Amino acid sequence: MTERVVRVASGQGFWGDSLDAPRQQVENGPVDYLMLDYLAEVTMSILQKQKERDPAMGYARDFVGAMDSVLDAVTERGVRVVANAGGVNPPACATAIQGVAKKCGKSLRIGVVTGDDLLPRLNELVEQGHALAHMETGEPLETVRDRVLSANAYIGSRPIVEALSRKAQVVITGRSTDTALTMAPIRFEYGWKDTDYDRLAAGIVAGHILECGAQSSGGNCQYDWRNIPDLANVGYPIADAYEDGSFVVTKHPNTGGRVSVQTVSEQLVYEMGDPHGYITPDVIADFSTIRIEDAGPDRVRVFGIKGYAPTDKLKVSIAYKSGYKAVGTLVYSWPDALEKAQLADRILRERLERLGLRFDEILTEFVGASATHGPLAGDAGRNAPEIQLRVGVRSDDRATVERFTREIAPLVLNGPPGVTGFAGGRPKVEEIVAYWPALIDKTVVQTHVEIV
Amino acid sequence: MKVRLLDIAHARSGDKGDTANVGVIANRPEWFPLIARELTQERVTRHFAGMIEGEVDRFELPNLNALNFLLHGALGGGGTLSLKTDAQGKVYSTALLRMMLDVPDAEARALGLPSA
Repeated sequence: MTERVVRVASGQGFWGDSLDAPRQQVENGPVDYLMLDYLAEVTMSILQKQKERDPAMGYARDFVGAMDSVLDAVTERGVRVVANAGGVNPPACATAIQGVAKKCGKSLRIGVVTGDDLLPRLNELVEQGHALAHMETGEPLETVRDRVLSANAYIGSRPIVEALSRKAQVVITGRSTDTALTMAPIRFEYGWKDTDYDRLAAGIVAGHILECGAQSSGGNCQYDWRNIPDLANVGYPIADAYEDGSFVVTKHPNTGGRVSVQTVSEQLVYEMGDPHGYITPDVIADFSTIRIEDAGPDRVRVFGIKGYAPTDKLKVSIAYKSGYKAVGTLVYSWPDALEKAQLADRILRERLERLGLRFDEILTEFVGASATHGPLAGDAGRNAPEIQLRVGVRSDDRATVERFTREIAPLVLNGPPGVTGFAGGRPKVEEIVAYWPALIDKTVVQTHVEIV
Repeated sequence: MKVRLLDIAHARSGDKGDTANVGVIANRPEWFPLIARELTQERVTRHFAGMIEGEVDRFELPNLNALNFLLHGALGGGGTLSLKTDAQGKVYSTALLRMMLDVPDAEARALGLPSA
């Protein structure tokens, strides 16, 4: 008898990832579950704005096309989909997906997870004494309360497990943690309990490896990057999970990219905090216990993971309006490109000063010399063929930022010579939606599952 | 012997608020002890002088032949507030790999380290 395996495929690492990946994951080989992660820190606020304009919006619309492309696999081959595409409006997302199914003459059983959205309850929660203090600065939410756009608790695996146990073919959540989308189906299949901490932690590690799509299967990989084959046809990662919590990371045959100890290790350390305590709603995973070994071509075995009881808090993702910004650029060419760009920056700053414009921040970067590596780049910019002057400003006052955007183009005629690269026109003023991470008592957040 | 970190390790970096993390992984398991010895909290703090405003935290992951560094105040406010090109700290990884290490010749030969 062969050992049982649950096969979870990653088909989306963020909203804006490859449109073809979901279909390729269900067509290039067998999979049990398709996991699609659409939400980043600021995505919820963008979706909230869309919902305010149209109450039928507020979810990741790419998911509609993705479901269209995998519908046959779901209805005919039994592949089940778990996605946090619901954003701030999971019921509307489910309605849209039912529309896709109906159009194709199919019926779908969709599990809709809600309860993470705290925005309607925010005043009440603050009044009850939940400070929702900023996790880094300790400031109470009160300081930005009137500018909040969205507030969502990161929820764990349990409601997804409930939806699957109620035979949902597709599970749509709002702000589930990225890792729960992978861990929940594995835990559901094997019946892991709330206290199976080691195995739940293993599922979380599998989720961490899958949640950024191809970033664990050869994409953005520094190790041996020149020789990673056929990234144009990159295979997205798949976790083959076993009952004991161990799993193998792999990808479909005849796809590009690479799954190796190095590609997986790079993803394991990505966005890592204290490795001993990777906190999730279900379990605390200890990344210092992860064992990892080569298990053949494009196969990496991961095992030995320890987990601990979770905390009594949930993290809350809050988005709030925080002023305006704009970034202007010009390109200066050899000879003396860097010196010319530096002179242009001095002229620009003096003009802004004379106009009496006050910014919370002005940042000048010299792209090609020091923009990303600062002083570590040494004098790399000195004889550069061209240098991009890049000036960014930030202010609470829109008009101030607007005025700044008018001061870049004139430098073409009234600043240093050898300047080009202004064809893009005036810089755009952007409203800043900032991220406010906080904690809240778990008991405050009740999730609900509805089958539609 | 001078050894460039880039030639003996790989790295990936990312963000969490205004903090960048850099995970650095030895290219060969036998090179990890040397990297762990050389990349102290103090050394990495000095390396990023002038680039970050806060402290540096250091964690060891011998199971992955890796170290993880948290660079606080590295992203100009972080996320959407930041005006930086590298607002999400994606290339602090390669900035760390610029580091040059002084390794005793005998040790470098025994470990087969590439010379810078």
